[in-house]
Amino acid sequence: MAAPIRVKEGALTEDPVIRCKHLWKIYGPAPEELLRAHGGAPSPEAVRESGHVAAVRDVSIEIGKGELLVVMGLSGSGKSTLVRCLSRLVEATAGEIEVEGEDLRALDEKGLIRMRRQKMGMVFQNFALLPHRTVLENVAFPLEMRGQGRHERRDRAMEVIKLVGLEGREEHFPRELSGGQQQRVGIARSLAIEPDIWFLDEPFSALDPLIRREMQDEFLRLREILKKTIVFITHDFDEALRLADRIAIMYDGAVEQVDTPDRIVMEPATEYVGRFTHEISKARVVHARALAEPLDGRIVDGKAVPGDATIASLGRQLIGTDAEYLPVADSAGVVDGVINRMRALELLFAEDPS
Amino acid sequence: MTLATAAAQAPAGVRFRPAHVAWALLALAVLLTLLRPALPDGIVRPPEWLVWPISEGLNRFFDWLQNDVGFSVVTRGFAAAVGWLLDLASALLVPTRRGYPLPDVVCQNIGLCTGHAIPWTIFAITGFCVGTWLRSWKLGLLCGLTFVYLAVFGQWQWAMQTLSQVAVAVPLSVALGFVLGALAWRKQWFEQVLTPLLNLAQSVPHLSYLIPVVVFFGVGDHAGVIATVVFATPPMVRMTILGLRKVPPEVIESGQMCGATRWQVMRHARVPTARAEILVGVNQVIMQCLAMVVIASFIGSPGLGDKLLNYLQSLRIGSSIEIGVSIVLIAVMLDQLSRAWAEKQPVHWERGTPWHVRHRMLLVWSGLVIAALLATLAHDYAHEIPRRKAISTKDFWDAGVDHLLAWLSAPAAKVRDFLLLQVLTPIRDAFQYPPFLAVLAAVAAVGWAVGGARSALTVVLLIAFLAVSGWWDRSMITAYMVTVAVVLAVAIGLPVGVWASLPRPSRGSPGWWFNQAVRMLGILIVSAVGAAAVVFVLETVVPPTPAVEYSLFLAALAAIAYGIERYTRDVTRDRFLLFLCDTVQTFPSFIYLIPVIMLFQVNDVAAIAGVIIYGTVPMLRYTVEGMRGVPASLVEAAEMSGATRMQKLRTVSLPLALPTIMIGLNQTVMFSLMMVIIAAFIGTQDLGQEIMRAKALSDVGMSLVLGFCVAAMGLAVDHVATRWAAKRKKALGL
Ligand SMILES: Nc1ncnc2c1ncn2[C@@H]1O[C@H](COP(=O)(O)OP(=O)(O)OP(=O)(O)O)[C@@H](O)[C@H]1O
Ligand SMILES: [Mg+2]
Repeated sequence: MAAPIRVKEGALTEDPVIRCKHLWKIYGPAPEELLRAHGGAPSPEAVRESGHVAAVRDVSIEIGKGELLVVMGLSGSGKSTLVRCLSRLVEATAGEIEVEGEDLRALDEKGLIRMRRQKMGMVFQNFALLPHRTVLENVAFPLEMRGQGRHERRDRAMEVIKLVGLEGREEHFPRELSGGQQQRVGIARSLAIEPDIWFLDEPFSALDPLIRREMQDEFLRLREILKKTIVFITHDFDEALRLADRIAIMYDGAVEQVDTPDRIVMEPATEYVGRFTHEISKARVVHARALAEPLDGRIVDGKAVPGDATIASLGRQLIGTDAEYLPVADSAGVVDGVINRMRALELLFAEDPS
Repeated sequence: MTLATAAAQAPAGVRFRPAHVAWALLALAVLLTLLRPALPDGIVRPPEWLVWPISEGLNRFFDWLQNDVGFSVVTRGFAAAVGWLLDLASALLVPTRRGYPLPDVVCQNIGLCTGHAIPWTIFAITGFCVGTWLRSWKLGLLCGLTFVYLAVFGQWQWAMQTLSQVAVAVPLSVALGFVLGALAWRKQWFEQVLTPLLNLAQSVPHLSYLIPVVVFFGVGDHAGVIATVVFATPPMVRMTILGLRKVPPEVIESGQMCGATRWQVMRHARVPTARAEILVGVNQVIMQCLAMVVIASFIGSPGLGDKLLNYLQSLRIGSSIEIGVSIVLIAVMLDQLSRAWAEKQPVHWERGTPWHVRHRMLLVWSGLVIAALLATLAHDYAHEIPRRKAISTKDFWDAGVDHLLAWLSAPAAKVRDFLLLQVLTPIRDAFQYPPFLAVLAAVAAVGWAVGGARSALTVVLLIAFLAVSGWWDRSMITAYMVTVAVVLAVAIGLPVGVWASLPRPSRGSPGWWFNQAVRMLGILIVSAVGAAAVVFVLETVVPPTPAVEYSLFLAALAAIAYGIERYTRDVTRDRFLLFLCDTVQTFPSFIYLIPVIMLFQVNDVAAIAGVIIYGTVPMLRYTVEGMRGVPASLVEAAEMSGATRMQKLRTVSLPLALPTIMIGLNQTVMFSLMMVIIAAFIGTQDLGQEIMRAKALSDVGMSLVLGFCVAAMGLAVDHVATRWAAKRKKALGL
């Protein structure tokens, strides 16, 4: 898809923070040879026959400053591996990764450690807290690694602990906390060094639905405050829809489509993406803005609908008039387009697959 | 699997099934045995040319190492370092040691040249505080009372000699084991080199370690410590590898993402997360060290083991029992303390908790220590109780044992003679009868049946070593003793284990009443003996009048019985049995020779009986574990199919538990091998006897070869048992 990528208004990915090109990660006895033998792009069959697993297959992605990219896909589709390549927790087999203009794969160990100490933070599915350290010590751990002084460390750690709402628990040990609280510690730890880039690998999957919802709200709040570049892995489409600027859908190691939620649902790039999103009720995903047509001198009256409202949330308004077109307003309240009411209603009453 | 079925379908005579080869080999073995009178000598016994001069070779090699390579400089340096550590430890611990091994300047200026061993009261207090802090006041009491016992019963000096050796050996073993384990975890090839060495090290009997150590390091406590370190390191290595490997990758990744360097990841993330496993390793090291330090008395290490050996050799049972109790108390204390340490989870203090609350135990400890120090000023007994002032119950035990023996010795002698003449001697002859090639063929048959050509070759090579080493006959005697002991251990352990893991009889049923009756009887006997001992102790301190004595006895009896009854009320049979196994295993193995020697005197019956006591433990333990591991749903399914109790047992529980039981059998064989060797010191005629002789001659090569013979037998059994169990487990999908 070469279409211009639409992120939240204004933030286009002209100046990507992370850029990866033709990234490959192959597990197996002789990955490099395999790539070389097939001119750098073996077919899935060739990979399988030679006894290798292509966990990441020819992935090229750009992630803009302040953007939240959600990576989705079935279990084993290579989401974790992709993110671990981007943080260089695993060494990619081939391809380029640039982080803020620096060639990540060319960094030596020192350079990598510096990069992690200054720019990257990561949250893990199973929390991965150090069991012998208190909450405070866990959160202060990256600062300690950086060699910061005891008092500074403590003050900064307390700040983030407050930020994630764990004040008063700082002397507890991980096993004395609930799952949700433990993940808050994980989040606080990853935020302690004020990273620019934030990786989250299924951070809420191990939590029950109620806590998960609560943690998502918390996450959105933090995101508003912190404005970081985020790569977020999840299995859960609802979660993706709540959070994402763009969604990347992975299948068998390859990224099938990277796009805004609206377009993923409205215009699936491949058959697989179509099947993947089939179950979703489209009206809940698609925003008025995505359906909007240019004004073209049309004069419409009636109350303007906000461009960032989903069609589902506009149901009452759509049924309540008989106008052919409804005006759409941007975030400043200026009308900049119209939506065709019948098209919107079709979407709203489209066969609900569930 | 597919191969076997394919072969079965092929026209007969074209291909063998593995079973056919095994049967053929077995038939060959039987044939050779039957034909023995007609066979040439070279098949019956290993011919001269087959026997390699391995021990001479080894001796020459060690000579060369010592003298030509100059290895002795290294060993002497090492021995000196260990010796210095030991001097330091015993200066702190052992009352009669005078002075610290410090340079004269320091010594004269600070005045540490005269004896300043730590008073026993401080040990008792520290034991109490540490136990309480680590787990509970009960553990604290156990630790405190252990030290009180050691002091009051005049065991202090010996116990402290033993403990100072343990105190030196444990840190060395832990450090060495950790470093080796970490290396093996890091480098695959190193692990591949290390694993077979560890297997070998753990199947060579304790005694075999001693002689090479004596050759390189001489006799005395430093040699004992070095042998102990060599012996106790393998479990630490294993647990370190296991622990480091078990750390979840996410924890490591989280450390890396925090910008930790490799070293920081290791130090702050990997090792602390593997803490529990590593501490279990430490626990095993402590237990192994204690066992080995006791046995190191054979090479002149002073301490409890040395005294026990003396008393045993002169059959002074009362004193032996007192020392045995000391060893057991120390073992239980160290075991429980290190376990509590491994299990202790950090607990947080609320912010602003004052210092004296956080460190309450430390304050209590300091207070008590000051009090104890003041007490030492007031009276010497608070510092040290001289042995001649100590209480002893040895006369009590001696009298009791004499009594018992007077009762039992006549029937025991009858049993012994019968067993020796009618049972054991024929079996022994039977073991020595078959030609050695027949034995090899039989062994190959077993190997083939279990794991095909490869296993057959492995076991044959292992057993062939016995022939090549020149100790075939002695090895067969060891094999006979072990076989008899193992068969009996299984005959006892299996039914008892199965019985113990049957469902508990319901309250009020005949089975329940029977259990209660047995329990009450046991409690009564134990408390009667205990009460008698208490009264005896009081008698030696302040002789009371008969009336007082009588009521005292009753009071003690009631108190002890009540205590045991309360404590064991909810204990199920299997838990009780596991507890018993734990207890038996904490004793150093040669303690079991005391009662059997008393009963049967010194001969094969005694040795085998001693081996059985020790060898039954793993059989029992694994039977119970195996039966516990049977999925309840399967048993219920059988029940719903209308199976009776016996049918359930026969068709479901036993087959499913069998792989685990097999591991128990394997361990029983290992334990029995070790114990048979130790039993040598009461006079048997097997390999162990030769090891004792090699020790007397300090012939390194010979002792190593003998040790390898034992190891070869052990490893062969181990190979067969683990192969078989793995196969069964896989087939059962467990
Ligand atoms: N260390 C490894 N060695 C071999 N194969 C691996 C390794 N790690 C991952 N793989 C393979 O790579 C593929 C992608 O794994 P990955 O963990 O990235 O999937 P995922 O999308 O994160 O799945 P999940 O949703 O279950 O976390 C899988 O087929 C997996 O088996
Ligand atoms: Mg994953």
